[in-house]
Amino acid sequence: MRHLLDTRGLSRAQALRILDVAEDMADTQSREVKKLPTLRGKTVVNLFFEDSTRTRISFEAAAKRLSADVINFAAKGSSVSKGESLKDTAQTLEAMGADAVVVRHSASGAPRTLATSGWISAGVVNAGDGTHEHPTQALLDAFTIRKRRFGADSRSRGLDGVRVVIVGDVLHSRVARSNLWLLSTLGAEVTLVTPPTLIPQDVRAWPARVLYDLDEALAEGPEAVMMLRIQLERMNAAFFPSEREYSRRWGLDSARVEMLPGDSLVMHPGPMNRGLEISADAADSPRSTVLEQVANGVSVRMAVLYLLLTGERMDDEMGEKR
Amino acid sequence: MSTRIVLHEADITRALTRIAHEILESNRGAENLVLLGIPTRGATLAERLAPIIGSIAQVEVPVGALDVTLFRDDLARNPTRSPQPTHIPDGGIDGRTVVLVDDVLFSGRSIRAALDALQAVGRPAAVRLAILVDRGHRELPIRPDFVGKNIPSSRQERVNVRLREVDGEELVSIEEAR
Repeated sequence: MRHLLDTRGLSRAQALRILDVAEDMADTQSREVKKLPTLRGKTVVNLFFEDSTRTRISFEAAAKRLSADVINFAAKGSSVSKGESLKDTAQTLEAMGADAVVVRHSASGAPRTLATSGWISAGVVNAGDGTHEHPTQALLDAFTIRKRRFGADSRSRGLDGVRVVIVGDVLHSRVARSNLWLLSTLGAEVTLVTPPTLIPQDVRAWPARVLYDLDEALAEGPEAVMMLRIQLERMNAAFFPSEREYSRRWGLDSARVEMLPGDSLVMHPGPMNRGLEISADAADSPRSTVLEQVANGVSVRMAVLYLLLTGERMDDEMGEKR
Repeated sequence: MSTRIVLHEADITRALTRIAHEILESNRGAENLVLLGIPTRGATLAERLAPIIGSIAQVEVPVGALDVTLFRDDLARNPTRSPQPTHIPDGGIDGRTVVLVDDVLFSGRSIRAALDALQAVGRPAAVRLAILVDRGHRELPIRPDFVGKNIPSSRQERVNVRLREVDGEELVSIEEAR
């Protein structure tokens, strides 16, 4: 694997390989000594043009557990705020000997530009670009669903027939897009539930069903409900009348959780707006996977860095992504 | 390219039985023994060896698998390998005599990685090495304690161990260099 830019371009075999390696990484994290020497001497740069705490520290933890050196580069207070271009920043990192660049950017497609422009030879991992994709989040969500359903028997299994409901601001959500592609590649049936103002204009090409009524979707007893964060920083237009109304119609409160079958999962990528899209008791209930998602995120990112940074610097059997 | 069979099914079975006796002899019984096979075929051999030792000594011998992929020093020189599951038997390895089991001993680099991997799991009292085939060409100061068969080979040859559980047939062969 040369880069990880999106989940749309992942085949089922590629996705399962990442998830299976993540299983092995998760196993090593229960040992006495959690640190592995695997990526000793490799340098991973976290290049974050957008604020993020959990994704950045998750990548940092993953790289450090594999003994890679980590350089954190936040755009705020750096040369970028002085007007440096993406190209110059990238080439600076290249000159410092970066083997992998984990990039988050507010512009959709920035990681692809970095990967295909020829500016750098390092492997590129998309850690969220604009409203496009956030592939490692989707991989950790799929990993979490698989782990809860199949336990120790998860390896090499897909999510065939698993019904997943994704609720919230699909329009702005890269998490929703990445999950949509990955989950359907793995065989899951995806339903999007969203206010009509927060769905992209044309979703006919998406492998998903769209509903506007959360109660209708929950009544079908889905295996997992994934709540998206209402990104207040992106709510610059009047997408819904008030937070209170949003919460009442599309928020997951205890009454709605009660409707779900006993083994359905409640998922949230974090950070949560408690009381807005998810109520405190839904977030803290035993069916909530919020903290597992965080722990699994480290294992999945270890797997991605491992697959990116080992092997000869050429395309292995996973093949080149488009 | 020609292939020559050097061990047949009966030879492999005999070699494992002899190794089982040798392990018991050098350990003075089965006390404190833990067998850890290196995936894929080393793990299979360990799974076979444990009941043989167990039936001779009339005890159950703990057996597991120890993956060494993440501890290798040649990850950047080969196509990406997928790690295999590690399984440490209940009771762990602290203070026990661990016998590492692998199919072929060649450069010794897998075993070096295995010693590092063991360190991450615990602190055994002693580590021994049991090997089905020793083909020579060591690159590190590592030697086996128990050997099924020494097969002198040239570096260009390939030694293939095929086991029923993994490959559907049971033999050890040498493929000559082209």
